[in-house]
Amino acid sequence: MNTLAVKLPGLDLKNPVMPASGCFGFGREYSEFYQLSELGAIMIKAATVEQRYGNPTPRVAETASGMLNAIGLQNPGVDQIVGEELPFLNQYDVPIVANVAGSTVEDYAQVTEKLTASNRVSALELNISCPNVKEGGVQFGTDPDLAYNVTQITKQHTHLPVYVKLSPNVTDITAMARAVEAAGADGLSMINTLTGMKMDLHKREPLIANQTGGLSGPAIKPVAIRMIHEVYRSVKIPIIGMGGIESTEDILEFMLAGASAVAVGSANFKNPYICPQLIKELPATLHEHGWSSVHEVIGGAHRENNQSSVSRA
Amino acid sequence: MMKQELMTIMEHSTVAKDTYMLVIQGESVAPPIDPGQFVHVLVSRDFFLRRPLSIADVNFANGTLTLLYKELGKGTQALSLKQVGETLDVLGPGGQGFPVESLNIEKALLVGGGIGVPPLYYLAKQLTDKGVAVESVLGFQTKEDVFYEEHFRALGEVRVMTNDGSRGDKGFVTDGLPEGEEAFDMYFSCGPAVMLKAVSDQLASYPGYISIEERMGCGIGACFACVVPADSGKGYKKICRDGPVFRPEEVIL
Repeated sequence: MNTLAVKLPGLDLKNPVMPASGCFGFGREYSEFYQLSELGAIMIKAATVEQRYGNPTPRVAETASGMLNAIGLQNPGVDQIVGEELPFLNQYDVPIVANVAGSTVEDYAQVTEKLTASNRVSALELNISCPNVKEGGVQFGTDPDLAYNVTQITKQHTHLPVYVKLSPNVTDITAMARAVEAAGADGLSMINTLTGMKMDLHKREPLIANQTGGLSGPAIKPVAIRMIHEVYRSVKIPIIGMGGIESTEDILEFMLAGASAVAVGSANFKNPYICPQLIKELPATLHEHGWSSVHEVIGGAHRENNQSSVSRA
Repeated sequence: MMKQELMTIMEHSTVAKDTYMLVIQGESVAPPIDPGQFVHVLVSRDFFLRRPLSIADVNFANGTLTLLYKELGKGTQALSLKQVGETLDVLGPGGQGFPVESLNIEKALLVGGGIGVPPLYYLAKQLTDKGVAVESVLGFQTKEDVFYEEHFRALGEVRVMTNDGSRGDKGFVTDGLPEGEEAFDMYFSCGPAVMLKAVSDQLASYPGYISIEERMGCGIGACFACVVPADSGKGYKKICRDGPVFRPEEVIL
């Protein structure tokens, strides 16, 4: 068995590491640093029906072991993404996961149809968890009935596998996971950012112009791992894990909790080479801890006997 | 082409109140590096985001960059404690600088405010190398904040403005701009947004370039954190990628 390869709905991953949506644009900038085909997959920035200009600045602030951001889903709109960004990405041998966002259920359906018709993406990631926009986004991600509805309608408009990106800003993440699984989700990606705020002592007001922002980075890693651990026990669909990953040990922690693959987010800002570096180092870390492939790690913390090799990936 | 490199600190000294000069050496210091470009510095593993610092001077023969920065928070405070001989994780050079090569001018006016002054020094050197006469108006809060006045004076006329008049003339840089026809052909400005707006409004009849500062995320154009509204009234320009240098008519300050 290949050491790093993972097979998930719609995604034949040569390794389980991909950049997370919103932290990698549409790949152009990072393609100047390394070959994008080294990546397991690429989760591209959210697409909406129309172009979005995003929030006023400042949009980011550093925090203890992380950062806040409130970009506000700035993107050129699904037509330009399909027309210009996806053809660029298709020169690389790497599966593309397209992130779908909107203000209404109809928006999600329309973006889903256009991305599906492009024949240039391998799977969709349903963004029902962006904390930085007034409408849509997280309202769908905090109410199980709304999440069920938007997932079901999205599924009706595509033959592609749909991964629903869950928000941690809920009391019971397992209720959200069960709802989208029941609606036909093929997988989950989790977690999105945690809503936070930072004050500017000189201006005596929130530093981020949007006031609140989404907290990411190592500060949220324990929350992500705990939620993945809970959700893994509650649903059968696979999980792509994210939230503060910076090292190969972090990847193995996420996998033990139940993630079949992982996404690296804001750590790309600190080190543009982090994804290929983690991919290169992962086999050695696996072996160091007594594993010969990532399959042996996935969900390992849930098994009575850790030697078992049963996994859902 | 941006590169990530562990560069070595060759010099590190105080040039004004809370203001430091840092000279770093590395292999990535190779042409072309334009004035107005920046490096994205990771102060240490204790910080999650890099800090963009503008390039104040370049010495290709020695492979060094000179950075001038002000201690404004925990990151720059930690940077100020770094010793000669230590290394620094640097990503750069980034962004679009001042287009010196393509300029066809005889007289340039440089207008810098506070920690916006540094990139204008490398610009002044490049312009004078090209035979362009340079006049500089440099603004600071008080006399303790003034740095590189003599460096600029070696390249052309300099007028220093301080808010309290403790050095040079009292007032803002906009109070010290030259008047009269043909005083200069083009202006170049860097400083806080309010200053750039005042300068570009006052000099609206002249062609010019401004360099904008903003909190950055990735520093390479992928994260959409550092943006400025575009002139069209719709959309944004990325400061780290499309800028930090813009024509004032391209953006809304």
